[in-house]
Amino acid sequence: MAGQLFSQLATELRAGRPVAMATEVDGPRPGSKILIGASAMPTQPGGYGSLGNSDLDRVVVRDSIGCLELGRNEIRHYGSRGEANQQALTVFIEVFAPPPRMLIFGAVDFTAALARVGSIMGYSITVCDARESFATTERFPMADRVVIDWPHRLLEHIEADSRIQSLGVRDAICILTHDPKFDVPAVIAAFSTDVGYIGAMGSRSTQENRQAKLIEAGATQEDLQRLHAPIGLDLGARTPEEVAVSICAEIIATHTGRNAPKLRDGSGPLH
Amino acid sequence: MRELLDDLERWKAAGHEIVIARVVDVEGSGPRAPGATMAVNDVGEVLGSVSGGCVEGAVITEAMEILRTGERRMISFGYSDDEAIEVGLTCGGTIHLFLEPLDW
Repeated sequence: MAGQLFSQLATELRAGRPVAMATEVDGPRPGSKILIGASAMPTQPGGYGSLGNSDLDRVVVRDSIGCLELGRNEIRHYGSRGEANQQALTVFIEVFAPPPRMLIFGAVDFTAALARVGSIMGYSITVCDARESFATTERFPMADRVVIDWPHRLLEHIEADSRIQSLGVRDAICILTHDPKFDVPAVIAAFSTDVGYIGAMGSRSTQENRQAKLIEAGATQEDLQRLHAPIGLDLGARTPEEVAVSICAEIIATHTGRNAPKLRDGSGPLH
Repeated sequence: MRELLDDLERWKAAGHEIVIARVVDVEGSGPRAPGATMAVNDVGEVLGSVSGGCVEGAVITEAMEILRTGERRMISFGYSDDEAIEVGLTCGGTIHLFLEPLDW
């Protein structure tokens, strides 16, 4: 098996497929490993490799799939046959997930700054705008993809296409159009996904207006709770770059559940 | 580890013996999250990092030992360690590293 697991890992990573590697770091067989992928692996159904006991392997594969879904590395303790609440061995589960996605709707000045900051944060960036003259790769060279379409149609496409992973808790949707014609259908479509963050730009009065239209369009109170609008943390941000930082900071705070002051929860001026 | 892939494959192709050190657990405040990876080869070349520069020197020493013995082990660095005066984290946390040869 020498050399095989690493090259299998390299193959999966190069192909951009999500993969987890569980390594026993403390116990009877330190260094033993299982590679767990979302896609086909040489030894289905479990993973590639073994920790030396089939019951243990089964439990570790299950937990690794959970880690893959959350995109999180974890250390776990097990009994020698995978029992919970035992400490016979320690397993480190490392997740190699494709980068989280940030969809930015609206090709405006703020978009370029957010695409840059989002890129630094490790997001794969898609800029989407229905207006052909605005949504160009020349204007957004830092984006991984520039799509000319209505944002809600892009979302419907992502959710419907079985070859594209549906949006999840690690992904973010930032709606910068602040034109109700585009952003009401975009927000409604975003609500129907499991995306972890939805933010929409605009003044407090824009947001009041938009909220009324969203309710008209069928949004529930639960849906509206998911919407961060006005977008960003209350940093007094002004320039496109500062606003981009405040949006990314709000995404971090949303993921960690920390109590950072959000513009949505305040009532004062935005800047 | 992903960011080290190209270099690791180059080292392997060149026939180097390699030790991988990965942060597997962090208690309290630590500079790098679990998954941060550093690699050392048999001529003392280094890739990546596991802290903000606080413990890398000690990891190289440990890695050289592992290159000789081929064993795998966990090592921890923290403020409360006996080694705190020489090697430790100024941020007050403890990091646990797993070191192993890249023979898999």
